[in-house]
Amino acid sequence: MGFLIIKRVGLGIPTLIGVTLVLFITLRMLPGDPVSVLLAGAPATPQAEATLRQQFGLDQPIGLQYLNFIGHAAGLDLGLSYTTRQPVTTMIGQQILPTLELALAAAFVSAVLGMVLGSLSAIYRNRWPDAVIRVLSLLNTSMPSFWVGLLLIMMFSFTLKIFPATGSSGVQSLVLPAFTLGLSAAGTVTRLVRNSVIEVLGENFVTALHAKGLRPRVIVFKHVLRNAVIPTVTIVGLQLGALIAGAVIVEAVFARQGLGQMLVQAIAGKDYPVVQGVVLVIAVIYIVINIVVDVSYAVIDPRVRTVA
Amino acid sequence: MSASADAALVGTLPLRTRRRRMSAASVVTALACVWILLVVLASLVPGLLVRGDIGALHASRVLQHPGVTLLGTDQYGRSVAGLLVFGARGAMIIGVAATFLALVLGGLIGLIAGYYGGVTDMIIGRVLDVLLCFPGVLLALIITVALGPTTGNLILGVGISATPSFARVMRGQVMSVRGRLYVHAARSVGFRPSRLLFRHVMPNAITPVVVLATVSIGTAIVASASLSFLGLGPKHDIPDWGQLLAEGQPYLGTAWWMSTFAGLVITCTVIAVSLLGDWIRDRMDRG
Repeated sequence: MGFLIIKRVGLGIPTLIGVTLVLFITLRMLPGDPVSVLLAGAPATPQAEATLRQQFGLDQPIGLQYLNFIGHAAGLDLGLSYTTRQPVTTMIGQQILPTLELALAAAFVSAVLGMVLGSLSAIYRNRWPDAVIRVLSLLNTSMPSFWVGLLLIMMFSFTLKIFPATGSSGVQSLVLPAFTLGLSAAGTVTRLVRNSVIEVLGENFVTALHAKGLRPRVIVFKHVLRNAVIPTVTIVGLQLGALIAGAVIVEAVFARQGLGQMLVQAIAGKDYPVVQGVVLVIAVIYIVINIVVDVSYAVIDPRVRTVA
Repeated sequence: MSASADAALVGTLPLRTRRRRMSAASVVTALACVWILLVVLASLVPGLLVRGDIGALHASRVLQHPGVTLLGTDQYGRSVAGLLVFGARGAMIIGVAATFLALVLGGLIGLIAGYYGGVTDMIIGRVLDVLLCFPGVLLALIITVALGPTTGNLILGVGISATPSFARVMRGQVMSVRGRLYVHAARSVGFRPSRLLFRHVMPNAITPVVVLATVSIGTAIVASASLSFLGLGPKHDIPDWGQLLAEGQPYLGTAWWMSTFAGLVITCTVIAVSLLGDWIRDRMDRG
């Protein structure tokens, strides 16, 4: 068990270094010069430019800049923002909670929808509820999430006037973004839950329960669904990383505070350290979630341990 | 154009699940094909489908309702239907070219990793893992940010972010093919590795990769529309689908038709492409 954890974390470290390398290279390929962006409008003396370069470490060789970045990142220091001059870590700290809140709410929405629709679909396999649900999930996976967001805004904000279209205060304004983001994952979850319920329904112990004379409803609720919960948790866990990335777009649709908004603004302002920091944080969360899901899967299901 | 979109949706979807009735399934596939042909036609020769100067501004017919003009007009008085026809090219170029890039790049990487195995496979696997750590549209986003928002860079960004899944599928296929008798035979005859790989291994491993490519066109269209929506798309005089969707956002309360029809067209295209992918897979399974 301990070995598995060490192995997974050990494999995660080179991946993480690779991620920082990709980020660093792509961001250094940027056409605009951050110093000229900073000085935009202001008449700059060569000295002022040189001071700024020095202040942000941009005068050093590129390899050294990368090592600096890694060294600082390991100490949770992601540098200063070019525009606000605040530490990037502080800025992320202020913005990460709304994003996590949105991603968790969305994970909840997709888990509940996926669980209910997926098991209905499996139980009524090849009959009309199954057909309807499968059509819905095809539709759902084919719709761009920002379009779903706009449709929900039109319906619930402008026509029915139930939820606010924008903003990030209170539960009221969380509902539409959470549904938008949750729906983007619900199709996948539904399909996988359907498969795992169908698989459980075909197992010998279910046949045995039928033979014992248990009512179908009891079999489904007490035995089948309980066994289908584990894969669902895994799927939703794995989706969480993707949901945090998807939050970038959903936050833009609803003008919600969070990492997404921060990223979009940083891109517009050529604020490299912030772009770097946000993407790095999302990637780290993604890697950590994958490790946690892997390990917890081994805790829940002993069969996995021997394979790993 | 969108009227037939509605027809396609209503007609196709409920039928699709009834796989056993071949006639119903072929009707669905036919409708999907018709839609794709329309989109391809619109992206190649948009002038055939709409007349007149689509980009011209008309102050007298700003934000007209659908019905007054076919699908309404935008804030500059341009016909939404016309814009959708002319916006098809922008969306399709990126969808098709990015998928093609991912197919070639991922296919080659997967071929090499699967055939040679060992250390090569391990190193490639690690690199792909790194790319897979940028969930969703993030990898395409940072590449487009780094290189600048042009059509070419968008293709590169979306293509690279789709590459790992192609490489994985190809690798798995190659691994199952490389042990076959005809591969051993070809090797013992003394063929060069390049001939072995491209004449013997690849043709027998490519089917699932082609199916993936069909479906990926839809994903790539959505990804590029997302980047467009975030303001990272190439700037054209005539907006592509993602841009049109974004441009409609401030008018949601007053002019619902702009964003709605743009999103509908994207969705129909993605559905049509994935139905076509299903059909190809079924055909290839049987054949």
